[in-house]
Order: sequence, then structure tokens, then C-alpha cells
Amino acid sequence: MQIQAEERGWLRLRNAFSTLMENRNFLGFLLVIPAEAILFIFLAYPFILGLWLGFTDTVIGRKGDFIGVGNYVSLLKDSTFWLVTYNTFLYTIVAVLFKAILGFVLAIILNRDFKAKGLVRAIILLPWIIPTALSAIVFWWLYDSTFSAISWSLIKMGLINHKIDFLGDPTNARISLIVANVWRGIPFFTIGLLAGLQTIDPTLYEAAAIDGAGSWKRFRRITLPLILPLLAVITTFSTIWTFGDFQLVWVITKGGPANATHLFGTLSFQRAIPGGHFGEGAAISNFILPILVLCVLISFKYLKRED
Amino acid sequence: MKEKNGLTRRDFLKSTAVGIAGAGLASLPFESVAQKGVEPPPLKPEKDAVLRVLRWEVFVQGDKDLWNKNTKKWEETTGCKVMTEYISWEDVRPKAAMAASVGAGHDIVLGWHDDPHLYPDKLLDVTDIATYLGKKYGGWEPVCYKYAINPRTNRWIAIPMGGPVNCINYRESWVKEVGYEKPPSNIFEFIKMCKKLKEKGHPPGFALGHAVGDGNNWTHHWLWAFGGKCVDKDANVVINSPETWNALEAVRELYDTLIPGTASWLDPHNNKAFLAGEISVTTNGISIYAAAKGKWPEIANDMNHVNMPIGPVGKPTELHLFNQAFIFKYTRFPNACKHYLMFMLEEPQAAPWINAMIGYVGPSLKDYKKLPIWTSDPKITPFRDCIANMLWNGYEGPEGPASAAAMAEYVVVDLIGDVCVRGKSPKEAARIAEQRLLRYYKKKVSVPKKEAPAPAKKEVPAAPKK
Repeated sequence: MQIQAEERGWLRLRNAFSTLMENRNFLGFLLVIPAEAILFIFLAYPFILGLWLGFTDTVIGRKGDFIGVGNYVSLLKDSTFWLVTYNTFLYTIVAVLFKAILGFVLAIILNRDFKAKGLVRAIILLPWIIPTALSAIVFWWLYDSTFSAISWSLIKMGLINHKIDFLGDPTNARISLIVANVWRGIPFFTIGLLAGLQTIDPTLYEAAAIDGAGSWKRFRRITLPLILPLLAVITTFSTIWTFGDFQLVWVITKGGPANATHLFGTLSFQRAIPGGHFGEGAAISNFILPILVLCVLISFKYLKRED
Repeated sequence: MKEKNGLTRRDFLKSTAVGIAGAGLASLPFESVAQKGVEPPPLKPEKDAVLRVLRWEVFVQGDKDLWNKNTKKWEETTGCKVMTEYISWEDVRPKAAMAASVGAGHDIVLGWHDDPHLYPDKLLDVTDIATYLGKKYGGWEPVCYKYAINPRTNRWIAIPMGGPVNCINYRESWVKEVGYEKPPSNIFEFIKMCKKLKEKGHPPGFALGHAVGDGNNWTHHWLWAFGGKCVDKDANVVINSPETWNALEAVRELYDTLIPGTASWLDPHNNKAFLAGEISVTTNGISIYAAAKGKWPEIANDMNHVNMPIGPVGKPTELHLFNQAFIFKYTRFPNACKHYLMFMLEEPQAAPWINAMIGYVGPSLKDYKKLPIWTSDPKITPFRDCIANMLWNGYEGPEGPASAAAMAEYVVVDLIGDVCVRGKSPKEAARIAEQRLLRYYKKKVSVPKKEAPAPAKKEVPAAPKK
């Protein structure tokens, strides 16, 4: 009798298991666990840890205590933080705007038929492919107060009579860094938009041309509306990257002169790692979060519309 | 102006390496500087110990060669093993802090400035070897006591290894041209000389960007020279003072004489500008001279060094990078660690090591100033005295997380930058710096309860009163 009961129990368990395995929801869940685990360990955990650290007074070598919004209150009273907020917004808005305009123009030019089209398109990608740290060093030399090739060329051409102080003056330094960022970011817009432009049905343009639409009208009425969702998504991504930029600034100016080029990313690193105040550094990073969430929401909206 | 045309970026990078390597090879006569009859503490390295050492990637090849050679010698003497990891000097702090946090990792770290004071309770007491080395080699330079002793316990928690030190680097012919034999040691006279140099078309240049070494060093020196300081002995923020305003008024005069662009300078810029013949005076380690000897002998012949000028306070107020070795308590081989550090600073090892660094790293033990390297070339001699002339980061307060953060935040560099670059008034700039310092110094770091101040033992040498 006992054996029969055991067998029945076993059978029931097996049945339950096979029913479970046939349940698509459960199986689906089971199959994505490995991917979820990787995402959790390498993305979610550090992210949550960063959030948590922002609410503590952790300094290097010591465990911190929970201090609520202490770091945030203290940052809001910090003039350097406000300067950095201003820098970051200025940097992002101006750089993304120029990247978008120039990238779009370049994409339209490249969308035409000409010789060696493929080669030119490949070359356009170069600034994007080169590691940022490397291109940052190139710009560091180009902007050097002693050895700048730009100053040297302009002096040799007789256009200026003294070297340009690219990075020593706060305004110049900001412009110089934005130029470097724009140079690096244009290809992303160009290639992305080029792909979009190529999906536009040429018959639309033909029909419009027959109806007597000029090139500006065709651009306004056909190209722009069709490319707008893609442009929005690309702009959002670019905004996210530009807002969190670190490498260019850290290599070229380390945030100087007098903090004129510090961004959220660089200030956060400076305070957390060399400065040893992990909690405060994390809090500065967390200030980026609402902006990024907003960007992601906008991006989602347009992605959905594309569907 | 010949040298200006001859210098390219590639040349600069190459020659630095060549000059350093060439100079490092010079072998120098050997004469003992050690005091006799001082007994080392009885340390018996644990059998088959394996030590993991973290240190900064060297500035001079001779440093690494001799450090590794001495390490090998220790391995042969004791039968233990050492695994040395060299990393970029700016990365030592986070890595060491990680080890302190998790309680595992390297046994010995060669760190910077305030590092031991960020986690003093995690470090092994090295009072015995510090006392022994001090007695045997003429005592430690005054600043070592501040850097290496935990003020709460009055015990040594680190062994000062010395510092890559800075001097005024100048072009002799140009300085003579404006009527000076060498740059004056009086800071006001020094400014006058800079004005004349600028008029002659040979401006000076000092790094005023976020230059970790060069920027922090000269700006702190300048502030202290006028009696300004970030905090007092009890860590009260006192930067907004008449002394600071005076320092800022004076630095504005100095800044007007500098070559354009110094506000953007990071650590390598002044080296390049000096070697290109663009500037007449700067503050730097011996690297410019070493590079010049290799590739631009005409500059090497025409350049020289003096210690930093002295301000109204009437005594040297230099700041230099400061390096110290510390051992984590979690090590399984405390005796071997201590024995290793002691061995490395004993004369048979330390003398050739310091000689091989050709003046880059000033010694922390007084008798090592008698080594022949310091007089082998009179142009190296000023670097010998830098550690003796220096104050500590966070002067006149305690070492700790606040002083480390203030330096990492470039508070003093920006204080001077605010006046010179952003055109703020000295009072306004001092007020901004005060606010920034208050953010760190108001947060008093709580003292761990288990670390009640222990009574000082007899073997601890008291810091000399200045």
C-alpha cells in the first residue's frame, strides 16, 4: 500500500512538472533566466548600488551610514555643483543641436549618387570608430597652448599674430570641447539618418516632383515627416551619451580652467575616486538619472509610433 | 630660438625616456652614511611568505630597475617571494581603498599623501621599523611625522619612502639678462624678476589647470608662503583670511607675467613649453633637465634649479607629492612585510636606488641627503632639500578624508584660478573656497570607538618642534 502511495505521489509530481513545462509563460520565464541574471549582475546591481550609495555618506575605506537626501541637499547648496549643472546643460544642448544639424546635412549629401560613395561613407564613420580616449588626445594636442597645429597654421597663414588660448579661457575651453564632441558625434547622426533616408520610397519624390513640388517642399513635406521619428530616437541616444560624457573632458581639461568644463560625469568621478567621497559622487551621478529617464520615455514614444 | 624649431612632440616623448635612461646608468662612488651600532628590530619573516606589493608605475626607469633588483635580493636572502604590481600613480588610491574596504588584496601598498589616514585602523603598526630606520639614518624629515603617524594612537602606520619633488626650473642666460644671478628667494623679488622676464619676451609659466602634481604643488606653496591656509590645527576652515587675500593679490601680479594658456596646463604642459624655449621659469621635477640632457644639451647647459621662493612667513612652505608604504593588517605575513620594507630602506639597497633615480625622488631619511647623487651635479642639489622644506597636504590641520577630498577637488588651484582666470576679487574667491572646504571639514569623521588614544610609548620619537 505504501509503495503504491509513493508511486502515485511521484506520478502526480511528474504530471505537474510536465504541465508546467507546457505552460508557455513559465517556460518563457525559465528560458530568459540566464539572460536576466547577466543583466541583473552587470547592470541592475551596480545601478541599484549606485542609487543606494547616493543616500549614504560612504567615504573611501569606510562603510557609510544612510543619510537620506543629505548628499542632495548639500549638493544643491554647492556653487561648484551649480556651475557644473550649467556646464552640462550647455554642453549637451549646444553639442547635440550641432551634431543633429550637421549630421542631417551630411546624410542628405551622402544620400545622393556619386563616385566612391561607399568609401566616403566608410570614412565618415571614422570619428565614431576611433576610441574616444584616442581622439581626445588628438584634440588635446590640437588645442595645446604651445604646440597647437591650428594656431601654428593660422600664424603661418598670417591670419593671427599670437597663439590661441583654446583651453585657458573658460569660454574658449567650453567651445573647444563642444567642437571636439560634435566632431566625434556627427557620424552617429549621419549614418543613422542615412539609413532612414534610404528607406524612403523614391516614388514619393517622383510623384511630388510631377505635382510641381520644389526641392525645399519635398524636403519639408516628405523627407522631414518620414525621418522625424528616427531623428527623435537618434537625438535621444545622442543626448544620453553627451549628457554623461566623461572621457573627452577628463583627458583634455580635467574640468579646468577653474571648473569651467566640469560635467556631471567628471565631477562625480573626481569626488568619488580621487576625492574618496563615494556617497557624494554617486549622488551627482544620480542627478543625471531623471534626465535620462525623460530621454528614454521620449525615445519609447517614438519607437512605439514607428511600430 | 634654435631649440624652438628643433622640438617636435615625438622628440619630446623620446628624449624624456632617453635622458632618463642615460642618466640612470651613471654609477657613483659609495661611502656609508649609516649610524653605527643601531640594532634592527628582531623580525623573522614567515616561512615561504608571498608578498603582494602594489606600487605606482615609475617616473624614472632607474627606480624600477633598482626596486626590482633589491626585491630580488630580498627574495634570495629570505627565501620568500614578492609579486610587485605597477599601476598608474593616480590609480593607486582607489585600488588600495578597495583592498581596505574588502579586507583582502595587496599586502603592501606604496600610496600617496593622505592615503594611510583614510583607513588608519586597517593598517599594521610599523613603529618598530620606523624608529629603527630613523635612528640609523639620521632621523626622518619633519613632514614624515605628520604623514606617517596616526595622531589618535601616536603610532606609525606608514613608512615614508620620499617624494617626487619640484623646484623652480629656470633658464640661466635669460635670468642673468634681467639682472639676477639666479631667481631670488624672496617672493616679491621673484615676482619682480618675472615681470622683467616677460618684458624681455621670456615669460614664466606655471600650471594653473587641474594638474594633479604641478598645479597643486605650486599653488599650495604660494598660499602658505603668505600665511594663508585652508584649515587651522583643529581643522577649522580659515581660508578666508587677510593672509589669503594678500597671497591672491600677489598671485594676480604673477599671473600677468605668465605666458598665455597656463590656465589650461596639466602636468606635462610646462615640460613641453620649457623645452620648446617658450618659457623662462617654471616649477617642475627634474624631468625637464633629464629630457634636455638627452636631446637638447644647449637647454640643459643653460638651465638650473633653485628651491621655491620664500614668502612673508619667512620659512619654506613647499608642497610635493609624497609617497609612503603601508601594510594592511589582514596580511598573513606581517613580519615578512615589515622586514621587506626595512630591507628596502637599508643603505645597501636604498643608496643605489636613490642614486639611480637621479634626483627625481627626494629622500625622507635625513642621512640619505649625503649620498653622492645630490652633489654629483650641482643642478641636482636643490632637489635634495625639498622634503625638508615641505609642509603636508591639508596644512595646518590633520590628515584624513577631508584633506584628501580638498586636494582632489583642486580647491586651492581653483582659488587662484578664480582670481587669475575668472577675474574674481580675492575676497570673493576666498569666500568660494571657504564654502567648498566647509563641505568637507564640517563633516567630522567619527572616531572608531575601539581606537581610544593609546598612551605614547617611549620608542616613538616625538615630532621635532618647528
